[in-house]
Order: sequence, then C-alpha cells, then structure tokens
Amino acid sequence: MEAQSLPAALALVAGGGVGLSPERRAALGASLPLVQRDYRFERVWFWGCIQGLRGAYYIAEGLGPDRAAPRCRLYSLNCLDWSLLTPATKEMLALAEQVKGRFQGDPSFEYNLSEINAEAAARLMESGKEPVMKEEARLIATIEQIDREVGIVPRGAFVKTPLGSVHENRHFEGLSLVEAKKLSSYFHFTEPVNLKNKTLLEKANLDPSIDFLDSLEHDIPRGSWSIQLEKGGTVVVLRSLLWLGLTFYHVPMTKQFGYVYFGTGEKNLDLPFML
Amino acid sequence: MDQSPEFDLSQEPESADPQDAYERGHGPYQPHEPGYGLDQPGYSPYEDEIPDPQTRMLAIKNAKAYLLKTSTKSGLNLYDHFANILTKILDEQPTNTVDIIENISKDVKWAQFQKKMDTLCDEHLVPPTFEASEKYKALFIKEDGEEEHEELEEEMGQPSLPNVMETAFYFEQAGIGLSKDESYYIFLALKNLINLQPIQTCRFWGKILGLEMNYIIAEVQLQEGEEEEEIGEEGEEIVEEGEKEMGEAEEDEQKEQEAEPPKSTYKPPPEIPKEANGTGTNKYVYFVCNEPGTPWVKLPPVTPAQIVCARKIKKFFTGWLNSPVVSFPPFPGNEANYLRAQIARISAGTHVSPTGFYQFENEDEEDDEGADTYEENPEFEPPPVAEMVESLATWAHHVKGILKQGRCVWINPSQKSEENEEEEEEEEEGEEQQEERGPPLLTLISEDEGMKDIPAWTAQASTDLIPQYSVAILQSNRWPGAYAFASGRKFENIYFGWGHKYSPESHTPALPPPAQAEFPSGPGITETIDPTVEEEMAFKAAQEEALAEDEEGEDEEEEDD
Repeated sequence: MEAQSLPAALALVAGGGVGLSPERRAALGASLPLVQRDYRFERVWFWGCIQGLRGAYYIAEGLGPDRAAPRCRLYSLNCLDWSLLTPATKEMLALAEQVKGRFQGDPSFEYNLSEINAEAAARLMESGKEPVMKEEARLIATIEQIDREVGIVPRGAFVKTPLGSVHENRHFEGLSLVEAKKLSSYFHFTEPVNLKNKTLLEKANLDPSIDFLDSLEHDIPRGSWSIQLEKGGTVVVLRSLLWLGLTFYHVPMTKQFGYVYFGTGEKNLDLPFML
Repeated sequence: MDQSPEFDLSQEPESADPQDAYERGHGPYQPHEPGYGLDQPGYSPYEDEIPDPQTRMLAIKNAKAYLLKTSTKSGLNLYDHFANILTKILDEQPTNTVDIIENISKDVKWAQFQKKMDTLCDEHLVPPTFEASEKYKALFIKEDGEEEHEELEEEMGQPSLPNVMETAFYFEQAGIGLSKDESYYIFLALKNLINLQPIQTCRFWGKILGLEMNYIIAEVQLQEGEEEEEIGEEGEEIVEEGEKEMGEAEEDEQKEQEAEPPKSTYKPPPEIPKEANGTGTNKYVYFVCNEPGTPWVKLPPVTPAQIVCARKIKKFFTGWLNSPVVSFPPFPGNEANYLRAQIARISAGTHVSPTGFYQFENEDEEDDEGADTYEENPEFEPPPVAEMVESLATWAHHVKGILKQGRCVWINPSQKSEENEEEEEEEEEGEEQQEERGPPLLTLISEDEGMKDIPAWTAQASTDLIPQYSVAILQSNRWPGAYAFASGRKFENIYFGWGHKYSPESHTPALPPPAQAEFPSGPGITETIDPTVEEEMAFKAAQEEALAEDEEGEDEEEEDD
C-alpha cells in the first residue's frame, strides 16, 4: 500500500484482525519518507510484515519511474532503520521453497541445508562455502514469491506506454461495484505468463495499454481467492488463500487500492484439501 | 438512359440533392431528359388545375411544405427522409438501386431510431451499501423499554457487558484487532445480544474469517433456568425417537414371519455421549453472527465425535452456517457444528490467564472432575510486565484440555452399552480403553509442548521504548491467530484467524480403511474340479456292478434258503 495513504489503508484491511500498533505506525510515518528521500524512489509501498518466532520483519518496497521494473526491497526490525535487500536469484528461490517452518525473526539465523537439500549443500561445499542458507536469503525469496504469485492490482490502474514502461493511470476512477466482484478485474502485478495463450477471440477484446497483465481468473487452484464486500460494499477485500495473510483492498469508484501482507511467510500447501 | 453517368454528373453539379440543382437553376431541359417540355404551358401535370405561373410557385411551395410535415408517429418528415435516402444512395452507389429502394428506405429509418435509444435511462440500482448502513444505524437505536429492563436486571443480577473498546485498546498496542468502527459495532451488537437472550456473562471471543463471509463469535454463559429448558427439549426428542423405534420393532416382527435374509451381527462402536451443558467442552454457549447488525445465531453444543473428526480434517469456513462439510472422514454435522468444534479446540488450547489469577475452590485436588470450577483469587498480585514476557510460567491455562476421546472428562463407553445390550453376551466387543487423563486445570503454559523446534508460545512486550506502560502479549504458535494480553490485573484472550491449527508438516488426509478381508479359504469351501464324462461313466459302471453283485448275493442267499 502507498506509504502516504497508510493510515486510511490500514483501517480498511483491519478486518483480518492483524495490523500495526500505534508505535509502529508512527515510526513508519516518520521513516518511510526518509527512505524515499535517501534512495530517490518515486513511490514507496509498505509491503507488510512477516512474523517470526522471536521478532517480525517489516518490509517496504521502492518503485522507480517504471512501475513494472524489479522493485527494491528493504526490511526493518523496528520500522525505523531500513536495510536494502539484494534482488532474488533463482537458486535462492529454489532453496527457499524447500525450507519449511516459521521464520525465526533473526536475519542472521542459518538453516542447515544438509537436512533440507543434500545436493545444494554438496554444491556449496564444493565451491568452498558453508552449506547453510541464511534467513535473509529466505526472506528475499519469500517476498519475491509472494509478490509474483499474489501481488495484485485492479484492472485499469496501470497503463503500459508504447515504449514499454508502466505508469499509474491518471484516468483510473476505480472499478464499479459490479466489476469489483469479478476476479477478472484484478491483475497480477508481475510478468504475465498466460497472456500469449489466450485465443485470438479473447485477445481481440483486450486493450493493449491496460490488459498487459494476467488476470486472477485462471489462477490454480480455482477458488484460491476469497472476495468479500465489507461494510455493505464500501470496500471490496480480496484475501489470498495460498499465502494466508495477504489482503488486498479497493474502494469501488475511487482510486484507493493496495495490498499488504501480515502473516508468517509460509505458503499454504494444504489449500486443495481445505477448499 | 442512353447517356453515360459522367454526362449526367456534368449536367447536375456535385450536390446529390436534386432540389438544390432545381433551385440553383437547371438550365433548359434537353429533349432526352425527363421533364422536358413540362414547363411548357399545357404539359405540366397540374396544368388543368393551376394555369397561372404565380400560383404554380405557390403550389410548389405548398407541396414542399407538405413534404416537410412531421409525422405524428415517428417524428420524421418525408422531405428529410428522401434527402437522406438519396444521400445514402449517391454515397454508396449500389447496383440495381431501383430494386432495393424499399430496403434502403427501411435502413435509413432504422438508422434514425438507433440514436434515439440513448435517451433510455438505466434502471437505478440500489447498491447494497445503503442496506448495510441501515443495519449499522439500527444498532445505535436505544430501546424504549430500558427502564423496565433495568428493574429486571437488578432482580436477577446484572449481566456483564464486556468493555470491548478497552480490550481493543490493549490489543491495539500489539497491532492486533479490528478497526475502531468495527469494534464499536461489535460492542453494540453484544449489547443487543444481552438484551435479547437471558445471559449471565458475555465475552467477545473473536472473529473467524471465511471464504464468503466471516463469523463474529461471542462466548456466553446463559442463566441457569434457560439451560434446563434446552435439556428438556433434548429429552423429548430422545423419547420421540424411542417411540419410533418401538413402532419399527412391531413392523419388524411382522416381517420376520416372512422370509428375510439374516441380519448382520455388526454393532457400531458405542457413541460417546457429549458433555452436559455447563461442563467441559460445553461450558460456554457460543453465539455467532456474520456481521454486527445481523441476528445472532446460537451454535449447538459440541459432541466428542465432532471434535475427534475435526482434528482429522482441515477445511475453510464458507460463512454459511448450514453449508455441508464435505470431507473424509465424513464430518458428523454441518458447518455450524464444525465451527463449534474448532471453537472448542481453540478455547481449550489457547485460553490463558496470569498464574494465580484463578484458584481452585477446594484446595484438595483429588478428583480431576472436581477441578472443573475455579474462582478468582482475591489475593492475586500481578507480576510486572517484564516478568510476564520473560517467563512463560507466569501464565496458566484456565480451560481444561480436550482428551483424545473428544471430551474433557474421560468416560468409559462400555458402561453405557450394558444398558443397550439385550441379546449380546459377548462383552469382548467393547474394547478396553485405557482411562485417559489430561493435564489438570490450571497448568502453566511453560509445559506446553512445542512442535519440532518451534515453541508453543511467543511472548513479547508491546513496546520497548516506553516500558512502564507496555503490555505483555502472548501469541500462540499452535493456533496462529490466538492472542492474549496482560497488564496489571487486566487480561483477555482473543482469536482472529481462519480457525485452523498450525502443523509443520503438510496436512495428510486420513486414508480410507483397508478393504475387508475375504473369508479364509479351507478345504470345506474350496471348489473341486468337476468330474469328466469318462470318470462319471466309470463311476456309474462301478455302481451298477456293485448293485448287480448285491442282487446276486441276495439271490444266492434266497436260493440257499
């Protein structure tokens, strides 16, 4: 969610029961503008909070002029001092998928890889490094996975220019109530995968400046999103069932939208049994 | 026409409207053009009617005025219609125009009507926003009969409305809780609940999220008279069932006179009875609603079978209380029962209080059953917040844990089955179950087992910057979403989550039972090979020989005699 609209946005996602304490909110209000100044971001998003056993990680994302470019991620343990995270690599993602269990809350904690994945451990030992995975790497990989799989925006909120860069759509006035209840009005804010597979007939109806992302309609498994209209339709809230804790909110017919993650950072692999 | 079209166009300048050409001056008509000679006196069609050129102009004007007259039905006039037709024709230049002129006319008229459709208004949709606002506004209405109500309350002892806003404030220090608006709506909804139902104590238990709607849950203790009425109702139901069984038994006797296949000797394992209202898992009654403002629904009491099954399945709640729970093993009940079972498990697992806040009424702890009741300890001294965060021994469960059987107090199922056994002599079918003993009532939470290397509880202070006003916060790791806070003498438990237990391994559903074993094969039922024809003939020959020998033997004997 946008850092500037943080207080209002937090009130809208509070239906899930988890949020931020007044101390953290005040700290964010003070530190996020400084982050924007120091790193020269155009936009700063408060991504959310991953709860570990002994502490929590607060994550922020900074966006540059092209909103679809890879985002810079920062984390903090107290919402005041932010540290930059390196971009995620494929090995990190592969390893992190195999690490199970809660986050510890200590970024220097090391997971013993030989228990988890013997091959990777062997490879690391050969190259002279220790067969461990740091919690920081797991954090990076988890955030990247969450953004890729369940980071969503409403249709029409972002426009793709002919040069390829993506900007906010100044003419976006919000989804109507009817549109807001449909899964097809929301897009994954990441590299599209399914667009090329659409039939010509479907592609004919698309507007290339707006429909350049995957919609939620064809997410596997079906039913992995819970759409609710809270307060009788004033806010539409989407909760992901694959990553429990990701909440997206949008106020229909206004420009307000955003998503935030408050959870333990674990994928819900039991989802097919639970539906 | 013999002339080529180009020649025509040169005669008639580019405007497609022939009237314009007429007005601009056609020039003298050539002999090959139609209308040649019409302007000569004696050849005009109106010649006999209008001889005078002055009046002819007037006649032309009248004709044009007539053409311009607007139709009362459609609002079109012929003049414009013809103009449009000719425009369209000259634009498109179709072949064989004269054959399709009627269709062209119809198309032009149809095109006219299309624009007029925009004046229809869309039906004014009433968005559901306003209905919800009405419901919320209804919460704020003060009842008129409040004075009478207050007198009644004084007689029976005031039901305590919990201070939801105060609790919300403390939890907010930890970042837990709903928005202030929603908390206040819940506050008012609880007040309504207390006014409607005969309630002794009431507490906001928490919120469980669902796929389509969420549940707001209130934990309540009803006044004593009300609970007995419910038991009476259940007794009546059982009596009715008994009568039905009697009716069926009579029918069975009649049927037995007819041929019937042998009845199976299978007796299902005895059903473990649920705990009485007010004890164990059914100590509290729970009311749920989907949103504050919607009516509160009472959840039915929970049975041990439901708890045992709920431990094996993991399903999301949909938000509709009567929707079925499709699972394996099949859940005995619908979503309301599943919800009640999960609430019972969560309460048993995560309701904690500072150690020493509650104490047993009797100091003797001989029976576990007697340790169901506790009371507040008036001499409780709350430890400082730092100590509550550091050591988990400062917290204790005040709800009895649920045994494997599904109850808080173990019961021997075979005792009950003795009453039902009329013909059965074998008591071996009742398995000898070991008596289960759970941890006693006020156990410290430091004795809760963790999973692998994850402790069962995480304790934190709400703030490090201002320690004198910080609040001790407990988060459960076994039931993510269960929180507790303690600050001085105040403490509270709450749940915000999806209603499922945390397990480090993935959920593995129960496997179906193995296929039933077949009847053991032995010599008695093994099929033998049918004898071949030769064998049969040989056997028959041997039999006849034997018979013949016997007859001969008899004949010989007779002869001897």
